[in-house]
Amino acid sequence: MAVTRETAATVKEIEQYKYGFVTDIESDKAPKGLSEDIIRFISAKKNEPEWMLEGRLKAYRYWLELGDQEPDWAKLHYPKIDYQDAYYYAAPKKAALASLDEVDPKLLETYKKLGIPLLEQQMLAGVAVDAVFDSVSVATTYKKKLEEMGVIFMPISEAVHKHPELVKKYLGSVVPYSDNFFATLNAAVFTDGSFVYIPKGLRCPMELSTYFRINEKNTGQFERTLIIADEGSYVSYLEGCTAPQRDENQLHAAVVELIALDDAEIKYSTVQNWYPGDAQGRGGIYNFVTKRAACRGRNSKVMWTQVETGSAITWKYPSCILQGDNSSGEFYSVAITNNHQQADTGTKMIHLGKNTKSKIISKGISAGHADNTYRGLVRIGAKADNARNYTQCDSLLIGSTCGAHTVPYIETKNPTARTEHEATTSKISEDQLFYCRQRGMTQEEAVSLIVNGFCKEVLQTLPMEFAVEAQKLVGISLEGSVG
Amino acid sequence: MALLEIKNLHVSVGDREILKGITLTLNGGEVHAIMGPNGTGKSTLSNVIAGREGYTVTQGEVLLDGKDVFAMAADERARAGIFLAFQYPVEIPGVSTSSFLKTAINAKRRAEGHKEIDAMEFLKLVKAKTKELGMADDMIKRPLNVGFSGGEKKRAEVLQMTLLEPRVAILDETDSGLDIDALKVVSDGVNALRSKDRAFLVITHYQRLLDYIVPDHVHVLVNGRIAVSGGKELALELEAEGYAKYQGAAA
Ligand SMILES: Nc1ncnc2c1ncn2[C@@H]1O[C@H](COP(=O)(O)OP(=O)(O)OP(=O)(O)O)[C@@H](O)[C@H]1O
Ligand SMILES: [Mg+2]
Repeated sequence: MAVTRETAATVKEIEQYKYGFVTDIESDKAPKGLSEDIIRFISAKKNEPEWMLEGRLKAYRYWLELGDQEPDWAKLHYPKIDYQDAYYYAAPKKAALASLDEVDPKLLETYKKLGIPLLEQQMLAGVAVDAVFDSVSVATTYKKKLEEMGVIFMPISEAVHKHPELVKKYLGSVVPYSDNFFATLNAAVFTDGSFVYIPKGLRCPMELSTYFRINEKNTGQFERTLIIADEGSYVSYLEGCTAPQRDENQLHAAVVELIALDDAEIKYSTVQNWYPGDAQGRGGIYNFVTKRAACRGRNSKVMWTQVETGSAITWKYPSCILQGDNSSGEFYSVAITNNHQQADTGTKMIHLGKNTKSKIISKGISAGHADNTYRGLVRIGAKADNARNYTQCDSLLIGSTCGAHTVPYIETKNPTARTEHEATTSKISEDQLFYCRQRGMTQEEAVSLIVNGFCKEVLQTLPMEFAVEAQKLVGISLEGSVG
Repeated sequence: MALLEIKNLHVSVGDREILKGITLTLNGGEVHAIMGPNGTGKSTLSNVIAGREGYTVTQGEVLLDGKDVFAMAADERARAGIFLAFQYPVEIPGVSTSSFLKTAINAKRRAEGHKEIDAMEFLKLVKAKTKELGMADDMIKRPLNVGFSGGEKKRAEVLQMTLLEPRVAILDETDSGLDIDALKVVSDGVNALRSKDRAFLVITHYQRLLDYIVPDHVHVLVNGRIAVSGGKELALELEAEGYAKYQGAAA
């Protein structure tokens, strides 16, 4: 097996981070650092049309203007990132294969270790998988069946060529290149990601799924996902990721844009368990993600569910812009931080249309020396008559050296709006633990059971097969957190 | 060999000695009742046997099948067959009673080298037992003990005991808060489990319970000591006369 020497030396940590390993597929990478040349290189590698290159360069130049002004309002502490010390392009040797038989066997092996054998998944779960390995998609399955229904599900690099009109129209329309430091960076250097278009009136009968992997040393990951649900359509999209054990910090700055037109519905679920760093807080992924949905159409609906257990730093606020009248946005979140992990995560619900509704359920669990912040904005615009929001933020503390913070911002410009906010903070009690252990459960089983109970409202919004995986993750990520 | 032996057990909380030398032997098939005034250490005894933290054992030992109970963690003791029906059952929000039960059953099965219980088998088993205990069908779907009435909580404790089939069951005031009908149902549940390789330690304030669960021995715990032991008739005498006579003697 391709476990590296460093990881072999830290067997105990591997135990804690069960999915920690490094595959050694050779990379075809650009030199370190960021410059116009690198951006031209990426664009050329992807054989992009001129308009794409222009978009990238525009973003890059804007990013240069921003200087090193990373957003600093989050409750996060990390050493300064040297953007010139990272690679911005890495691709596996072969790309865009027609069938699984052509996929590098080592990659398939990697998926097996992750417990997500592609073949089995296809057959058992009926899940279409667009696998992103490093930066280029190497396996796209179920494509045919989806194509017949008119669903477009492909790497975004391919969509640029095959559906330029859709990409041109929607890319950057929800998260413009100038949105924030990390989104700007992403717009300049993104390498790949998924593109989904669901045609009018279609309820996509299978869950669409992408497994992201970060695998190349020092390779920043800049995925770009664009999902468009046309009028009256429905789609459920799953994003899950896990990364190998490693020493250095890895930067990740993805952008996800969702667009729901009239009567359309998008359900976007994430389970994130990237390498969180070791027990002392060394290493781990820096995860700066911009996810935003535009509920453009009347009666449109977007539901975000996220289970965040990994990463050293999580900076992430999946949001909804409720433009269409009667549109609704929901955000369900579980964020678990252990050891020295830090998470500053939440959502923004921007009510613009009439009768728009939003619901926020956030469950933060903090253990060890970790810090966990919920940060959420509910903004009700002047025209959003009868807008409604319900927010519930619950924090669970394990031990006495961790922190939990709730930072809700509410701005209302319409007197007919109603917002409700509830927040609780609790601890796992000795009584609960003893009760469970008196029934024969180990300390770890007891913690996992109690925390899963605490998160239930969120976990039950996940598609079935994902929910099971997420429940296990909740237990795994808190191992060793008590006693 | 005795099933459970408590030998000269002394237990303190902080500087205060609560149990001052308890000796008690439970053989297979026996039911022992413990009675005694409030605050004399009955729950302390149960908790120490079950492995709750926060108590200091300063002297003595407890043996299960001859094995040192204090060398085992709380969950090991449970898997070895010690069951405590709590005086105050704990709420576990978000965890359905059925998934709690399943987790507990599987913990035991794994320890015994069996495979996990089949989902259908589990449902059938739980349905049958809840019915016997007069519990509503949807009870097991609710989060464990959350919003349960006092009596429902006690029934849920007995349900767990029934499913886990312990070797030594300690019932800490399981009858408190039960109405007459429930008392009978719960007692039937206990009686159904009586067998020659199982023993019960039943803590109660009311001799009425002992009409249903007829004990082999009754012990009176006063001030951290067993003031007197006897047969079932001792409970009747206590009911009539109270503890005054023993409180003097124990002091
Ligand atoms: N963890 C603790 N900290 C402080 N004091 C304790 C603790 N546990 C028990 N005690 C004390 O020890 C004494 C015995 O308590 P215990 O709960 O064992 O009584 P009991 O016999 O079960 O009473 P009851 O009939 O009211 O249930 C009480 O005075 C109680 O306050
Ligand atoms: Mg008591």
